[in-house]
Amino acid sequence: MPALHPYSIFPLGDSALTIEFGNTIDRDLNDRVLHLFYCLQGSGLPYTGLVPAYSSLTVHYDTAAIRAQLQPGKTTFEQMAKWIEELAGEESLPVLSGSRLVEIPVCYEESFAPDAQWLAMQKGISIEELVQLHTASSYRVFMIGFLPGFAYMGEVDERLAWPRRQVPRLSVPAGAVGIAGRQTGIYPLPSPGGWQIIGRTPLQLFNRSKKEPVRLRPGDEVKFHSIDQYEFTHYEDGIA
Amino acid sequence: MSLRITRTGLLDTVQDGGRMGYQHLGIGPGGPMDRFSARLANALLGKPLDSPVIELHFPAATLLFEKPAIICLCGADFMPCINGEPVPMHHPIVVNSQAVLSFEKKLQGTRVYLALLAPLVLESWLGSYSTSIIAGTSGWLKKDDSLYWEEISLPAKCLQQKFTVLPWKTNDTVDWRNEVEFIMGSEWHWLSPAAKEQFQHGFFQLTKDSDRMGFRMAGQKLETGPEIETLVSSAVSFGTVQLLPDGQLIVLMADHQTTGGYPRIAHVISAHLPILAQKGPSDIVQFRMTSLEAAEQKLLKQQKYLEQLQIACKFRIENLLHEA
Repeated sequence: MPALHPYSIFPLGDSALTIEFGNTIDRDLNDRVLHLFYCLQGSGLPYTGLVPAYSSLTVHYDTAAIRAQLQPGKTTFEQMAKWIEELAGEESLPVLSGSRLVEIPVCYEESFAPDAQWLAMQKGISIEELVQLHTASSYRVFMIGFLPGFAYMGEVDERLAWPRRQVPRLSVPAGAVGIAGRQTGIYPLPSPGGWQIIGRTPLQLFNRSKKEPVRLRPGDEVKFHSIDQYEFTHYEDGIA
Repeated sequence: MSLRITRTGLLDTVQDGGRMGYQHLGIGPGGPMDRFSARLANALLGKPLDSPVIELHFPAATLLFEKPAIICLCGADFMPCINGEPVPMHHPIVVNSQAVLSFEKKLQGTRVYLALLAPLVLESWLGSYSTSIIAGTSGWLKKDDSLYWEEISLPAKCLQQKFTVLPWKTNDTVDWRNEVEFIMGSEWHWLSPAAKEQFQHGFFQLTKDSDRMGFRMAGQKLETGPEIETLVSSAVSFGTVQLLPDGQLIVLMADHQTTGGYPRIAHVISAHLPILAQKGPSDIVQFRMTSLEAAEQKLLKQQKYLEQLQIACKFRIENLLHEA
């Protein structure tokens, strides 16, 4: 178990608490978050939800359900914080199991990539270089949020980094692959959105009728590969 | 068939205690906006507090009962009527077959909860009956939709009129005041001293961009001090008050996203979220600071009250059904 240090722990309202390890996008910090996340998942701690984020883990709980186990004079927050610190301090904690590598096909052709041309021009690179850079490295799924199954991944090469659009689009289709700063992500559902769209995957990232409706998990490694429009259209198990 | 929607309302959805345990996948719990009133309606029928109920906004759906039922309405007063005759809130009512329940006028509040005694036959997703609009689950009720329930026999004496109001109720219902208490958020200290004062003593008006996801508030712009930084995204909660870049506020409500990146200056306490949830566009609220300890105590007190009421009403319902 890597030491938890340094961290701060604070209430997120009266029914949740957050353990914060820092305020940056960093694999080491995220490792600690995910380690604690997987520890707490199997711990029997009376939580109602866990949210691993870039550099913090939030534990939601039901104050009323815990009241019988409260030590006199303690708030639920103090009790939960104590339990979490005890669990995190135990030596027998499982080591973070190896993350999965998930391959995701992306069609970078113009009709699926409304911002690619403009982004490439701003960065002084060609579309081919953009595709090459985006598919060159694998990305960590740091966290899932915003929409069911929306994975925040990173970090993209500096030569691709670009802020969100000033005015978000009213509708981005499911499967759209975007860039925001040094993050990359995929819209699992049609949604308004401000990320710079550079391609689209035929893979379903969210499917309500599946036993596991969300494809990606925090801690996964994702590698994109380029496909053409024909492959996109004929992709099996896809949305096309 | 048991109940049919004969007129579509603005937004009428099935909600239960919420879809817990999937926040790490970006799937929020949802659940009723005014959790207290939803649970109160169940308690008055002696049902488990988090049983599924129907949350109705105004203009609300019109419902035709095709089978008799025992119902209870709590929360907003939309002047509920059965076959045109007003019926009381916070009172269990036996409704006869072919009765029509309609909501005629928005008198007070924004959301009313309809609980039914008989267990509803519904489709669950990830262990919950709460409607997730974003995920496209069932539960958003429209014209010609039907709800079914497991049949229970009702005493004949209650089925001689279109409806019979049962002889118990509660007067301890959702509060209509305009003040809600908050505890400090982790970025509270980012606010300038003047902004802290303004947040605690100023008036904030709900804008028209106020829905189940969040309430956008209009008020005097809140300035930040020098100690600000860019936040990486992290979890947010029902009741989190976020400060937007333009100095205005958004309070996250039942269908909020699981994560966010705006400063969390405050959190409305859980015991007071029902008060806030009954507000709508153009309503005005004020925020008052309290402690975490007091917030937890208020929540526990509310829970205890609901549990005791539920036990007492369960006994009464069992006696009534025993006569059948």
